[in-house]
Amino acid sequence: MVNLLMMLQDGQASGADMVAAAKNANALLGAGIGLGLAVIGAGLGIGRIGGQAVEAIARQPEASGDIRGAMILTAALIEGVALAALVFALLFKLL
Amino acid sequence: MTTQGPDIGGMIFRHTADSRVLEGPFGWEYHLPTGWSLFGVDVSPTKHVVFMLLAAFLVLVTVLIGGYQIRRRHAQGKGPSGFGAAVEALVLFIRNDVAIANIGHGGEKFAPYILTLFFFILYCNLLGLFPWGATATGNLAVTGALALTAFVTIEVSGFIALGPKGYLKTIVFVPEGMTGIGAVLMALIMTPIEIIGKIVKPFALTLRLFANMTAGHFVILALMGLVFIFGSWPVAAGSVAFVVFMMCLELLVAFLQAYIFALLTSVFIGMMQHAH
Repeated sequence: MVNLLMMLQDGQASGADMVAAAKNANALLGAGIGLGLAVIGAGLGIGRIGGQAVEAIARQPEASGDIRGAMILTAALIEGVALAALVFALLFKLL
Repeated sequence: MTTQGPDIGGMIFRHTADSRVLEGPFGWEYHLPTGWSLFGVDVSPTKHVVFMLLAAFLVLVTVLIGGYQIRRRHAQGKGPSGFGAAVEALVLFIRNDVAIANIGHGGEKFAPYILTLFFFILYCNLLGLFPWGATATGNLAVTGALALTAFVTIEVSGFIALGPKGYLKTIVFVPEGMTGIGAVLMALIMTPIEIIGKIVKPFALTLRLFANMTAGHFVILALMGLVFIFGSWPVAAGSVAFVVFMMCLELLVAFLQAYIFALLTSVFIGMMQHAH
């Protein structure tokens, strides 16, 4: 499968080189798209947490310490998922 | 793809991965000894090992000096001040609001372990921000070992607190009030899920800490690499300004990730203690 990344490369001479370059280009493209989607998901999730935490603090200011703790914990958990996607994308680059 | 410019990928990899050479200013290099082997496994020290030992030593020095200051001023009837006050604030915060709050009434037994976890990870993360420093927690093996200690603590403490039958109930999970075929079906479905859950939690701890530490360094190194690719002064000025901002963010992430690791470990320990 030929894609834009391959067309931007210099012309490869032998067939085996082209196959390897195709696999590499497609793997990197897949990793990039997957990483972007993961970051979109994380951004939406953490944005929701932030919004609802601020709303909750506005409704009940004396609970702001508890709410802040829960918000940080949940945001770190969601960020962990997005960074797991980052690690697997790095794996695609190295393999 | 032919690169006409500097090899940024290689530079990033060289700066974040482990190596057998310690580096310092003015091109100073120290080649660490190789060939140490224990039962056929290569245990020769690498850069990350040296920085882990340094972090452990710094934790010891911090606690000893802080404790000495607190004790001396307590004997005079005054509250601690200066460095001792900072150490006391952090220790009390982790002990009360993280360990005991999440584990419950048996929390004091686990407080030393949670405190060790927090301070060791914090110092490992911070040492990576110094010039010529390396982030030991940016190594998958280091965070994996820390998560392994957490896993062993969680499971063994759960086994001791709940007894063998109670511990088995956390794996073969049957909701209340279901008997007969329903209970067997639920057990068959929930047991693999519970086992996978037990394995995934330390794995997530590993990956979260490793990825947070490494990603920050990647961004900083990539931005500095931009300077070498473009080779122009305005790009350098903008890049350095952004890198300074990213390093402040890295400082925040270092504290936050140490806190999150300690917090999640104590939450998991608490979940096992109060499973019934």
